[in-house]
Amino acid sequence: MTEPHVSARPAPPPGPARRPALLAGVPARRETSVAGALLVSVLAASLLVDGFATGRNAGFLILDVAAVALIALPMTLVIVTGEIDLSVASTLGLTSAVLGRLWLAGLALELIVPLCLLLGALLGLMNGLLVTVARLPSLAVTIGTMALYRGLAYVVLGDRAVADFPFSWTGGAVAALPGTPVPWVALLIAGLAAAFGVLLHATAFGRSLFAIGSNADAAAFAGIPVLRAKLWLFVATGAMAALAGVFWTMQYGSARADNATGLELSVVAAVLLGGVSIFGGVGALPGVLAGVLLLGTIRNALQLADVPSDTLTVVTGLLLIVSVVVPNLLARAREHRRRRRSAPAGPG
Amino acid sequence: MLRSPHRAGLAGALAALLLATACGGGTTRESAEEAGGPEATAVADPDAEIPEGLQVAFLPKQLNNPYFTVADAGGEEAVGEFGGEFKEVGPSEATASSQVSYINTLSQQDNDVIVTAANDPNAVCGALNQARQAGASVVTFDSDTDPECRDVFVNQASAAGIAETLVRLTSERIGGSGQIAILSATPNATNQNAWIELMERELEKEEYAGIELVTIAYGNDDDQKSFQETQGLLRSYPDLAGIISPTTVGVAAAARYLSGSEYRGEVALTGLGTPNQMREFVEDGTVESFALWNPADLGYLAAWAGAALAAGQITGEAGETFEAGRLGEYEVGADGEVVLGPPTVFTADNIDDFDF
Amino acid sequence: MSVRTGGPEAPVHRARGARAARRARGIRELGVLLALALLVAGTALVNPAFLSAQSVRDLLLGATLLCVLAVGQTLVIVTRNVDLSVGSVLGLSAFATGSLFVTFPGLPIPVAALAGVLVGAGCGLVNGTLVTVARVPALVVTLGTLYVFRGVDHWWAAGRQINAADMPREFLDLGRLGLAGIPLPALVAAAVVLATGWYLASYRSGRELYAIGSDPAAARLSGIPVDRRVLAAFVVNGALAGLAGVLYAARFGTLDANAGLGLELQVVAAAVVGGVAIFGGSGTVFGAAVGAVLLTTIGSALAVLRVDPFWQQAVVGLLILVAIGMDRLLAARSARRLRVADAVGGDGRPGPAGGRGEQRRSTS
Repeated sequence: MTEPHVSARPAPPPGPARRPALLAGVPARRETSVAGALLVSVLAASLLVDGFATGRNAGFLILDVAAVALIALPMTLVIVTGEIDLSVASTLGLTSAVLGRLWLAGLALELIVPLCLLLGALLGLMNGLLVTVARLPSLAVTIGTMALYRGLAYVVLGDRAVADFPFSWTGGAVAALPGTPVPWVALLIAGLAAAFGVLLHATAFGRSLFAIGSNADAAAFAGIPVLRAKLWLFVATGAMAALAGVFWTMQYGSARADNATGLELSVVAAVLLGGVSIFGGVGALPGVLAGVLLLGTIRNALQLADVPSDTLTVVTGLLLIVSVVVPNLLARAREHRRRRRSAPAGPG
Repeated sequence: MLRSPHRAGLAGALAALLLATACGGGTTRESAEEAGGPEATAVADPDAEIPEGLQVAFLPKQLNNPYFTVADAGGEEAVGEFGGEFKEVGPSEATASSQVSYINTLSQQDNDVIVTAANDPNAVCGALNQARQAGASVVTFDSDTDPECRDVFVNQASAAGIAETLVRLTSERIGGSGQIAILSATPNATNQNAWIELMERELEKEEYAGIELVTIAYGNDDDQKSFQETQGLLRSYPDLAGIISPTTVGVAAAARYLSGSEYRGEVALTGLGTPNQMREFVEDGTVESFALWNPADLGYLAAWAGAALAAGQITGEAGETFEAGRLGEYEVGADGEVVLGPPTVFTADNIDDFDF
Repeated sequence: MSVRTGGPEAPVHRARGARAARRARGIRELGVLLALALLVAGTALVNPAFLSAQSVRDLLLGATLLCVLAVGQTLVIVTRNVDLSVGSVLGLSAFATGSLFVTFPGLPIPVAALAGVLVGAGCGLVNGTLVTVARVPALVVTLGTLYVFRGVDHWWAAGRQINAADMPREFLDLGRLGLAGIPLPALVAAAVVLATGWYLASYRSGRELYAIGSDPAAARLSGIPVDRRVLAAFVVNGALAGLAGVLYAARFGTLDANAGLGLELQVVAAAVVGGVAIFGGSGTVFGAAVGAVLLTTIGSALAVLRVDPFWQQAVVGLLILVAIGMDRLLAARSARRLRVADAVGGDGRPGPAGGRGEQRRSTS
């Protein structure tokens, strides 16, 4: 991670300042406030914006955030360990291009889709190997593979669009669950979110990710296989980005090399908004889901209210900054109070 | 550290799955069925009145694109004339996915008419068809979608008219003989490829026998890339006599390059450009003439076509006619296409009459 | 997470180690220069016109913007920060310069240019303040301001476009004219590179930027005003992005709200390819400048060689990976020497996780 600089204040005393390691996986207040913000914005939008509180619109909203949500799940785990993967949108694009290419070559979709997922896993594996075996910084590696994978996507498909997919697939991708306006992909996301949530918060592996993100050296000394854990996370991220790529291609019925350009920034923004620390060691999956939905809700509601897109851009950026500035300032204020309290007992 | 007992099993299972699907047929390109959009069933009534307060929404490829700002202003003028409510919405980046999100919003808001220029002919299809099922009339302009997903396409100029004009302008400038190249947008742009094909056919005519088309370069509608591609063309083909760039981005970048280089006035450049972008290059002699339709008229016509659809004057069938305000009467052609007219040619004599 | 190579001015004195590190840096920058020379020579061999005066002028002109931006980015990256908002800052400043000419047609050119630079410096001040005062990680701040500045630009432009005809002839000529065949903007870029490089190497405050990037906590303990230096780095980077915006306006003549869109990653890539370590503490503006020229030349060379332009991005991606791989190798080598030179009390913590502990402290 890019680290701005270390603050002047001395390290907080161990014990009361840090949450005990056992509680590391349990959602903390940050996630609650994101969920609260989501609730408030949904309520406000329902009351103030015509056409927001309808089943049809909820369906649109979910489809709009589906790809971001799918990638944000593994990205949360990656960022919790203190790494980052900026190549996800390019992995999505390359998957989409390869899908289109193989379809043109006459392969069956039932064969293409698993191949694409495998490809995504391999692309993730390459990121992972560069980070863990070659020990290169993930920020730089994935800026490189972001260009490389997107470039390969253009090499594979050029600037063509492949669009003659059968309606059973393209229509199927955006289809709703019978009798509801909710697209079935919501179920897929919920299932995968539950799986990643359990993995992160209820298993030894998940707890080890927090330990790695808090202090990788200490984690390694404690016998946690740091590199192997990171490697698998990159593989999982690649595979999920590929899944998002398959879904994206079918959702829009168009395989293109430039699909989802720039989506990595939305994913990272949603994860950080959801309360995951960019330095690793802190974060919770429910918070990230709330972050994804919060961004989606705000976009959707402002669009319905005919707010121009430039304002949307500004709001997205401000939200991201505010979501980090406010907790930072609160934390500093809290620490200030605590130090004053503990002052009589001795120098803090 | 990668070895784990599960991996072999996993790989085996995957291989088995692949094998099974490979042998079992599955959904391939050959077996795929065609998807059909909603069929027009209504009957046109040429005398129908345009209802008051028609909600017309313009959704360009992206906001903040001056070309579309002018086109949408033309649309607003037309909507004002027939007493409707005009609205312009759109993404700040020209991507199909963000357009889909805006189409969904428009359909959720029950707009009567959606006038759009598609970033991808297919990616917006599903959303447009949903909007049509919800009762909206859909007009595309500038960049068409699959004809299944819209009612009418307002074409800026007939492809043949553009190809013929550009080849004629170049031939006049280079004296009927020499090497020429085309600087296009992207290798996949539907418009561009249609025009290039027609230009190639045009060049086969006897009067152009002395002209040789040596290559087609692609600047991806990116200024810097088009600039570099122009440099590349002149390096690779030192005897190049002319360049045709049927894209506003490409022709401006090429003109800027030529204007600041030793090739100014030596290499004939023409193409499709906007007067405001090309003015200085016409003045300094880099470009003698170029062509374009008037985007304001394009938006104006598209808005009228949308109103005619919403009123039921037309349904998008060939042969139907409608009134388009100051532009007069238009007829719907094959595949629901309405053609604006021949392109305007701009030269030093008339360029100052235009401001877009 | 990166292994520190030990900047030229690490707080702890390790003269021999530092010399070794400097030598490694030198090798690294020579490598980029060599790659550039090979690329130019190879292309010229296939098509001699690539080395014609006009073509070289085009190359220099093409690299100008990226070069100026990469120099500014280097200042920020050596302090272990990053600025992703530079593309948006460039766009905003370019549009501001153009609008000034539209609003005040008779405005002297230096005033308009200065205004553009100031707009950039203002944006840099916003970034720097958020990073140093609010203590938000630079990656997050500048990702946010990337959206915010671009949004402001869109809102301001409101679909308008400023054309060459709206700006004075003399201003546009600045983008084209040259001294002795070298385009003026390229000379400006060269001046920026030389001045910044000289400052970093010769001034105490310049060297302190490396110390901050090598080990922020140690820098603070040794009395370096870290916040002030980091803030200054952001402001200067903003001002340089503003300058790039002015040059953009002069060169392209046509301005809408999308100028410089997506440029930030190219800029970071140019710095990284030029040997600026992404986690601070090492790298020079000369390297970054050569990196910028190399990236631009790849684009031109592929066009001249008539290679499918679709390969360009993949080649750039591969180049970034090769560059950071090389950094890693050189860093490992100089770290070995460092250990030999400084057997007592070195902080040669191996592994990608080095420094994690102190990073955590700043966020808890």
